[in-house]
Amino acid sequence: MRKLKAQIIDEAGFERTITRLAHEILEKNKGAGNLVIVGIRTRGEFIARRITRKIEEVEGVTLPIGSLDITLYRDDLLGKLEQPQLKGTDIIFDLNDKDIILIDDVLYTGRTIRAALDELIDLGRPKSIQLAVLIDRGHRQLPIRADYVGKNVPTSSSESIRVHVKEVDGEDAVLLMHPELPN
Amino acid sequence: MPLKSRHLLGLDGMGREDIQLIIDTAVSFREVLERPIKKVPPLQGKTIANMFFENSTRTRLSFELAERRLSADVLGFQATGSSVSKGETLKDTARNIEAMKVDMVVMRHSASGAPHYLASVIDANVINAGDGGHEHPTQALLDMYTIRERLGRLEGLHVCIVGDIAHSRVARSNIFGLKTMGAKVSVCGPATMIPREIEKMGVDVYHHIDDVLPSVNVLNVLRIQLERDAGRLFPSIREYHNYYGITRQRLDKAGRAITILHPGPINRDVEISADVADSEHSVILQQVLNGVAIRMAVLYLLSSRN
Repeated sequence: MRKLKAQIIDEAGFERTITRLAHEILEKNKGAGNLVIVGIRTRGEFIARRITRKIEEVEGVTLPIGSLDITLYRDDLLGKLEQPQLKGTDIIFDLNDKDIILIDDVLYTGRTIRAALDELIDLGRPKSIQLAVLIDRGHRQLPIRADYVGKNVPTSSSESIRVHVKEVDGEDAVLLMHPELPN
Repeated sequence: MPLKSRHLLGLDGMGREDIQLIIDTAVSFREVLERPIKKVPPLQGKTIANMFFENSTRTRLSFELAERRLSADVLGFQATGSSVSKGETLKDTARNIEAMKVDMVVMRHSASGAPHYLASVIDANVINAGDGGHEHPTQALLDMYTIRERLGRLEGLHVCIVGDIAHSRVARSNIFGLKTMGAKVSVCGPATMIPREIEKMGVDVYHHIDDVLPSVNVLNVLRIQLERDAGRLFPSIREYHNYYGITRQRLDKAGRAITILHPGPINRDVEISADVADSEHSVILQQVLNGVAIRMAVLYLLSSRN
């Protein structure tokens, strides 16, 4: 069991962060005209829904939104003793020539994003892919950066970040956890 | 949760959770099959040998497609014209293939239990693609997936398997799997095609198709194997069709929505009439599509277990 070290974002802060990310996305893209939203399962999917709702409120439009299960594109499948359960990709709209906003909860090594980029490119030829994350905790292992960051959180690699969303966890919060104690 | 075994040899003894996991995983792979690029990378670097000691077209193609869609390297092997016809034993053939660093073997063989033997002598994962009159697990899995997709569940459904039960590995695997998933299973055919004491597998036996139709949700119609001297088992094809053929007239008389499966290839107007095979009751082509997804799921789930 990991112990809580600090709460980084509380419920009100969560909402403000989502709002700011939505506005930054709109500002950079000069509106929502060509946008589609893709959330990475599982937590990214919920962050994506929140950001989408906010953009739709502000712009008065409806955006295509889908979710991506990157499991089949992971680079560590061969070493695994058991295959992770698939949750399925659900993107029912055309990605060609769209500006994709790819959304995840935490950006860490960058390997998940690499897998997501490969999968998206197998699904079509978007005009651009932009990355939005709630938390950037550093420790990149690949040359990947986010276009929109909710909060930069310096961490040690032995710590962990937990993102809680109301839909799954009953609360909106971001928690920094202590390193796992040796038994 | 992983599968309990590192091989897929049969559905006899396979638990409900494992069957559920395979079918749920297949649903994800069905989505991949609808994409513009129908290929994903999880088996990159894996080599799979398809060892077909018995003729097969669709099962072999279906496995091969599933393997390629998962980015595996595929070795084809057919008994005719290979070292088998020169007298090599199964063990030596398998050992030689394994020496080429093969990770998984898909095998069809006319001898019941051949894949079980293979699994005991080589390190690769073994998948049974049909062994004699014993089991054909991926066929039963794709049948169950197709039924679940059409009717939303398996539990509590009445599934009747019609035809030559005695010589059918498809029937045996379906009985094991469906019983595990909580379906009621019956078999129907002339006495010459129903094995004695099959009731011990927990199935009801019918000899008249019109007796079973009023209570059935699904018919799994087996192919009459005309090439295997089926003539010994019934007087004529016409008589078989009259007594057991699934016709529009029979279905109308039953007056209920019955889903019709067939493992293929179909003999039109023998075990099933042509118009029924092409009707909205039939999910025969859906079975073919789902077969690729089920095989992808099995290969994916077994591939890590070395």
